[in-house]
Amino acid sequence: MSDWMPWKVAKKDFKVMKRKKSLIAYTVMLPFLLAFVFALVVQNDVVNASISDASLGLAALTFVFVILAAVLPTAVAAYSIVGEKMEKSLEPLLATPTSDGELLLGKTIAAFVPAILSIWGGALIFMATTDYLTFNVFSGYYFPSWVPGIMLFLLSPLAAMLGVQVAVILSSRVSDVRGANQFAGLMYLPFLALFILGVQGTFAFSIANLLVVSGIVMFLDITLFVVSKAIFKREDILTKWK
Amino acid sequence: MIAAENLTKTFGTLTAVDKVTFKVDHGEVFGFLGPNGAGKTTTIRMLCCLISKTSGNARVGDYEVGDTEDAPKIRRIVGLVPDNVGLYESLTAYENLDYYGTLYRLTDSQRKENNERYLKLLGLWEKRDVLVGTFSKGMKQKLAITRALIHDPQVLFMDEPTANLDPEASKAVREFILDLKKENRTIFLNTHNLDEAQRVCDRIGIINTKLRAVGTPEELERMVRGRRTVIQLKQVNDTIVDSLNRLGVKNLVRDGNSLIVDVEDPDEENPEMVGTVTAAGGRVVTVTVLSSTLEDAYLKLVREGA
Repeated sequence: MSDWMPWKVAKKDFKVMKRKKSLIAYTVMLPFLLAFVFALVVQNDVVNASISDASLGLAALTFVFVILAAVLPTAVAAYSIVGEKMEKSLEPLLATPTSDGELLLGKTIAAFVPAILSIWGGALIFMATTDYLTFNVFSGYYFPSWVPGIMLFLLSPLAAMLGVQVAVILSSRVSDVRGANQFAGLMYLPFLALFILGVQGTFAFSIANLLVVSGIVMFLDITLFVVSKAIFKREDILTKWK
Repeated sequence: MIAAENLTKTFGTLTAVDKVTFKVDHGEVFGFLGPNGAGKTTTIRMLCCLISKTSGNARVGDYEVGDTEDAPKIRRIVGLVPDNVGLYESLTAYENLDYYGTLYRLTDSQRKENNERYLKLLGLWEKRDVLVGTFSKGMKQKLAITRALIHDPQVLFMDEPTANLDPEASKAVREFILDLKKENRTIFLNTHNLDEAQRVCDRIGIINTKLRAVGTPEELERMVRGRRTVIQLKQVNDTIVDSLNRLGVKNLVRDGNSLIVDVEDPDEENPEMVGTVTAAGGRVVTVTVLSSTLEDAYLKLVREGA
């Protein structure tokens, strides 16, 4: 792993991130903050609800982590590429023997890994707290179970990858980090729509439905990866990117 | 070491580099002199395999520019100092270099050795753990040069390395280029600084989309216009002017008590002119040979091409 070039590219971005306090606060703190807020929600509302309402409520709360997964990596992805543009470091970087694919993959890893790890970290705290608080409601532990499992370990990584790919594509069109992040951040909208439909009862957070959504997101991921790979070419970066 | 033949790059309808042909020998400092937009950076980018060529051929070392398989090999043997330093300001000087060392696939021990060697060489070793964002422009430029050298490239491409630097920092960079020259490195230097080109380059190519001329600074000066002889007399009169015109001198100009004449070979022509002037009754005070400068050559060649 340590000799794998994309990982070396990502490691440099991790180093830069470590010194950008706002980026750490945004990427790492948000899921943990969410876990804390959700624990309060569970304590105040879910523990007093019926089993069916409690199940829906917990599934909806878990789905919020999916929404977050779509948004969280966009900041790092945007910074990782637009930041290089702003520092004018792309030209010397592209003059090295590193391939376009290795650089793109490195940037993707740099955005994806911290975001998904912090989401899983936050979700773990949320699940542990929830199990502790709702043991009597469900006469057992609600987590782990298939629905939140699919949300966190299948749909969340796919949603995070979607956010990364959109940020990469947008990075070629904008010249400031905030612009790229704002546009890419809109990736939460389709997932928010699903969340609202789920809470309303129009969309069921069932295994089948979540697998279908995951399939669609995976298709979009693959399509956008092909697009971003086509965009992330040395000559285009130096001559066509804004 | 570098050879280009009819190398051309177009962007849509715009021709940035037009059928450029030149060679750079091993250990030579070759200057590319031209105004902004002349195609200097585009040429470097083509030779570093950062952008594709539209037509023509070029080789760097043993590798063919434009060949997909050769491109990473060329990037491995060249170092690039771009016009913008492009350093990571939130990393330290050492971290910047170390990252590039990994991108060039140097081993841990090679990186450690080269980081130390080049940081010491450019006087940045004491600042190795300082964030680059706090560096002065001159220090950043030195670090950018160090970064380009980290993998010991055979060819170093420098794109206006002293632009935006104060005179002291510019001098330090120029001196370092001369030190590299002593190490027998091949250096391709883009510049629009005539003084810099004259001081450090073995040969210069003057480019303005097309390559207008290539030669040593002295050859270029001679190429544009021979030389001028200024004969200062005690008193100039029409008889003296007529006698020189009868001799067939070129472009005779009368300026007060001085006569200015274009000459091809001063050693041959000056005694003849002085003899003619004296025979016509003139009393010669001084005879001075004026050479055209690199600046004259540059301006003439660039304007011709505009």
